[in-house]
Amino acid sequence: MTVLLGIFLLTLLLITAVAIVRARNLFVAVMLMGIASLLIAASFLLLDAADVALTEAAVGAGVSTVLFLSALSITSERERASSSRPLVSLVVVTAAALIVIDSAFDKPRFGDPEAPVHSHLSPWYIEKTQEHMEIPNIVTAVLGSFRGYDTLGEVFVVLAAGIGVLFLLSSGPGFGGGKSTPPWAQAGLRHYLIPRVAGRLLIPFILLLGLYIQFHGEYGPGGGFQAGAIIAAAVILYALLEGEQHALKILPQPVLTGLMAGGAILYGGIGVIGMLLGGNFLDYSVLAADPVKGQQRGILLIEAGVGMTVTGVLLSIFHSFAARRR
Amino acid sequence: MSPLAAQMPALQVVVPMLMAPFVLLLPKGLSWAAAAAASLLAFGIAAQLAATVIDSGPVAYQMGSWPAPYGIELGVDALGALLLVVVTGASSLALVGGRASLAAAVTEEREHYFYAAWLLALAGLAGIAVSADAFNIFVFMEISSLASYVLVAGGPDRRALPAVFKYLMMGTVGATFYLIGIGLIYMATGTLNLADMDLRIAGVADKEPILAAAGFITVGLALKAAIFPLHVWLPNAYTYAPHIATAFLAACATKVSLYVLLRFDFFVFQQNLSGHALQFSAYLMPLAILGILVGSGVAMFERNVKRLLAFSSVAQIGYIMLGASLVSIGGLTAATLHMFNHALAKGGLFLAIAALAPVAAGLRLKDMGGMARRAPWTFAAFVVAGLSLIGVPGTAGFVSKWYLISAAMELGAPGIALIGVMVLGSLMAVVYVWRIVESACFGKPPENAAQAAAVPRPLGAAIWAAALANVYFGIAPGLPLRLSSSAAASLLGHVPT
Repeated sequence: MTVLLGIFLLTLLLITAVAIVRARNLFVAVMLMGIASLLIAASFLLLDAADVALTEAAVGAGVSTVLFLSALSITSERERASSSRPLVSLVVVTAAALIVIDSAFDKPRFGDPEAPVHSHLSPWYIEKTQEHMEIPNIVTAVLGSFRGYDTLGEVFVVLAAGIGVLFLLSSGPGFGGGKSTPPWAQAGLRHYLIPRVAGRLLIPFILLLGLYIQFHGEYGPGGGFQAGAIIAAAVILYALLEGEQHALKILPQPVLTGLMAGGAILYGGIGVIGMLLGGNFLDYSVLAADPVKGQQRGILLIEAGVGMTVTGVLLSIFHSFAARRR
Repeated sequence: MSPLAAQMPALQVVVPMLMAPFVLLLPKGLSWAAAAAASLLAFGIAAQLAATVIDSGPVAYQMGSWPAPYGIELGVDALGALLLVVVTGASSLALVGGRASLAAAVTEEREHYFYAAWLLALAGLAGIAVSADAFNIFVFMEISSLASYVLVAGGPDRRALPAVFKYLMMGTVGATFYLIGIGLIYMATGTLNLADMDLRIAGVADKEPILAAAGFITVGLALKAAIFPLHVWLPNAYTYAPHIATAFLAACATKVSLYVLLRFDFFVFQQNLSGHALQFSAYLMPLAILGILVGSGVAMFERNVKRLLAFSSVAQIGYIMLGASLVSIGGLTAATLHMFNHALAKGGLFLAIAALAPVAAGLRLKDMGGMARRAPWTFAAFVVAGLSLIGVPGTAGFVSKWYLISAAMELGAPGIALIGVMVLGSLMAVVYVWRIVESACFGKPPENAAQAAAVPRPLGAAIWAAALANVYFGIAPGLPLRLSSSAAASLLGHVPT
């Protein structure tokens, strides 16, 4: 049954991918990308990878669709005729795909407990998560602590992306030039009663879900990345309903920059505190008298940092695009 | 080792990385000072690490105190230390000298974003150099790439945007290839730690996934390192970036990717995949030779000075790869030494360009007319760095080319052909450097160009520091030589004889 469902999802994914490449209307392509992300998320869920499925759904299908649409609104909807040579690209891509497919035949059987990925490091993670952290979600233990340095790096990747968009879009014509704000930016969908009522009803629940995922990461799937994306989505929904300017009034750009930078500083700062207390960088065991408590405290704090930076960056990017349009 | 000294590998990355978000929050006037201070501190840490490596061998560090391969391990060996000195040195020199030039390129209200991106680029490159974990290298590659796209797009020249878009697309393809390769290796070995991978890959070596992974990783990194013919993103990115950013990135960015390529190839693949050394040479040597000849050839006919130097970089990457493709102690010593020496020469040249740019609008060869009179001191430094680029005796460039020639001699008859290529490449370098000198000494200054260049003092000092370093390390190459021969020994220590 799982196999059948998997084949079904992947076939749909393939069809969607071809449709994305063939779509000449970029709006259609963006919508199809959202569908592709949702299909990937479903496939992840089918493989019991709940954490990545949640991330893919929140980031891929959710926020990035909104960001693509904001980008589209400052450019044209039609794709320009490409000047590149499609035949050469096709040959290269096909060759690369064939190599990957070929090497997939040599991969361990799906779900094989003897596979290297299951037999080498995983037993240690499973054992030590209980011993050092006493939390049920091993994915959070690996991401937050055992490989916490990678996650710190990912936070800085997100920060770098935010800095890049703010830097690039804060120049040239159309930025804060004192031009009058178009009516939609002030009012959003304010005059459309049904989306507004339904949307406003949803926002508190989305925020609550975001906070739940943020602080429940040790116990269930989730964590700062997903929570940040969901909270940002709630604010963006508010912006769409009430007007982007109103959202910016509640969370102005300095606050968003503070969130962006503050989250990264919080995460890195926890690492430095670990150093000052006599451990290595990102050693949470020294954060409390009881190493287990220290690990739990460290993971909670760094997840908060992740959530802050992701929320701040996503909203900054959204507002930067909107500002370009003004 | 004192507790602080033991923390150096982590601090090498953490200091510039954590300063970046602070730069976003600080008052705008302080951005440059904060970035320069963090960069200088990082340089101090790199020097300290290099001293430790020379005295007592490689340094290892466990992130979060988790033992390798379960946690992420950092490891600084001679090659890493050499690279760290290059990366942090280039960043510091460019920042200290570049304040005025950058202020002209980046408007004040957004300069804090620029300096934050600079620090992230520095932290990303340093993070790659200290890491001993394949996936961690990918994460820091992403940080450095995203940040360097911002640096390249930073200037007022709108042509930078298409250039950076190309750079972004090709960089993303390169990083994705690397990630696919790591994924395949992880599937077959279950580990991400490079040393652990080396041990575990032996049992599964000649299986399809590992062979495919070797291909993906080599091609992906070659793309990021701008190895001919995958260099097409480089010339325009270097040409249209702000001059100071070009000086920083040209000195070290591609070398960090070369470093990962060498490390991965020699530590993980060489001794495990049958016949890999031969394939490595057979694949890279022709590309290196073509890179030297085509890069130098295009540079000879290029009219824009920055693009001329960028194509010369393609050729110089060719020399580094040529040394590596010999898979011998001599070749690898020459390759790693040339990474250091080329950074000195090219960093100095681009810094001088930054100083000359205000009086040579457009930076075409004819705009350089009369530069030897208009900016005699700066141009003299430019010539010194140019001589090092050619490889004139007495300069750093000569030392690495000499080692490269001696390494080629060991090959016997085919080595003579390689030496021929090197001599030809150097002669071509004489031509393209001479074209700039000719215009500067004998050309007429363009009309209504400023007669004398007012070079800010810090920039002048930075340029001369780079020029004198080219001479110093040409006469006394002991320090980089010790690091690169030890790097070569450790790279080759993994290859069965």
